[in-house]
Amino acid sequence: MIQLTFPFSEASIRALKVGDAVEISGVLFTGRDAVHKYLFKGGELPPGVSFQDGIIYHCGPVVIRDEDGRWRVMAAGPTTSAREEPYQGEIIRRFGVRGVIGKGGMGDRTLAACREHGCVYLHAIGGAAQVLAERIKAVRNVHLLEQFGSPEAIWELEVDRFPAVVTMDSHGGSLHQEVLAASAAALQERL
Amino acid sequence: MEALQASLIELIRRTSAEIPDDVQRVILASLAQEKQGTIAESALKIIEQNIELARRKSQPICQDTGTILFYVDCPVGFDQIAFADTAREAVRQATRKGYLRQNSVDSLTDKNDGTNVGPGAPTFHFHQHRADEVSVRLMLKGGGCENVGAQYALPLERLQADRDLDGCRKVILDAVHQAQGKGCGPGVLGVCIGGDRATGYEHSKTQLLRKLDDRNPNPVLDELERKVLTTANELGIGPMGFGGRTTLLGVKVGAINRLPASYYVSVSYMCWAFRRHGIVLDPAHGIAGWLY
Repeated sequence: MIQLTFPFSEASIRALKVGDAVEISGVLFTGRDAVHKYLFKGGELPPGVSFQDGIIYHCGPVVIRDEDGRWRVMAAGPTTSAREEPYQGEIIRRFGVRGVIGKGGMGDRTLAACREHGCVYLHAIGGAAQVLAERIKAVRNVHLLEQFGSPEAIWELEVDRFPAVVTMDSHGGSLHQEVLAASAAALQERL
Repeated sequence: MEALQASLIELIRRTSAEIPDDVQRVILASLAQEKQGTIAESALKIIEQNIELARRKSQPICQDTGTILFYVDCPVGFDQIAFADTAREAVRQATRKGYLRQNSVDSLTDKNDGTNVGPGAPTFHFHQHRADEVSVRLMLKGGGCENVGAQYALPLERLQADRDLDGCRKVILDAVHQAQGKGCGPGVLGVCIGGDRATGYEHSKTQLLRKLDDRNPNPVLDELERKVLTTANELGIGPMGFGGRTTLLGVKVGAINRLPASYYVSVSYMCWAFRRHGIVLDPAHGIAGWLY
């Protein structure tokens, strides 16, 4: 098991290969459909937020507020990443992102950005919202909550040994491309 | 209506936090079949842990608590308007308790008012029957798996799919291939052959109300279900699309009449986090029993 700790250096990210199991500690920023579209269209990150050498987590968590005002994450698995394909590559380049966590994989443009910039796609287990929420130790902050609503906001999460698998690396490797091609061949034989 | 509201909140809680037994059994069986030491096996292990943890903590299995679909079987004369009002309030309260994510967005303004109640949300399907009993089934269907649903109009040249059962088989397998891991596989397919564009999808979803270990009473459809399941699990897509032996957990196919001009095959994909439960109400609207 490979340990990754925030801030994530280019060297540590470039060392990763498809199939590597990792655990991530430090800070993650959630961001999904609304945030990606907003940033791609020229929107700026709120003051005090930086994705430089950071990881974006495609996730819309269930969060409730305690009576004493503290946020509590009740469930927090990944959402389908493919929807961010039109935006992701540009966001990786512009904001210096080193990792994207999601599910289902992404396409060629994101893979190219990973190669150029030194970034990886990390696959978390879709639907495993409780196992993953257990690894979230605290909510440090939330941004754009009013504008985008709770699932679409940027939640700044402190995580400890958050598990994921590298399925797209910075050397052009993609498990998703491999499985797509192999399963297409298998299907062709059976039609 | 207070008793009904409490019963429905409990139905929502349990549906969000507890996988039905029929689904969990198939997930455990598939875990035993995956090759040891693969990422497919470790994915299924995390899934198994997640099922236990959600049940123990009484918290959502998946953060996407999905489209809220109520299926109500009720006697003639049952007040459906009062039921729907009570169910909407139960949804509001279950959302405040964190059993449901704030998951319903105004499609024109993009505003999420945080209640899960609005036009078309939640959704109700009422069916009258000639019995006194009221039963309420609830399905919470996440967006990731809903997005990989597909509807085909046959014939389809790309797959050489004609208007026959083999054509149906081909397009259903194509839907599985297109989905890859994006629908949080291993998944379950609900399929409808026939209908129009709306009733086809609707009927495909009701197939997901069947227990995974049942057999289709129609031998032709039963054979199709088995064939698609076996073939899909030979494609090597695997849990989460990581590669592996378990691509699907089940296939359920129904058929309704079509127009001579139309031949639709509608496929609804349900993720492994298959959330559906059901209750039978007692005369005081308490929970008399559970259906799954």
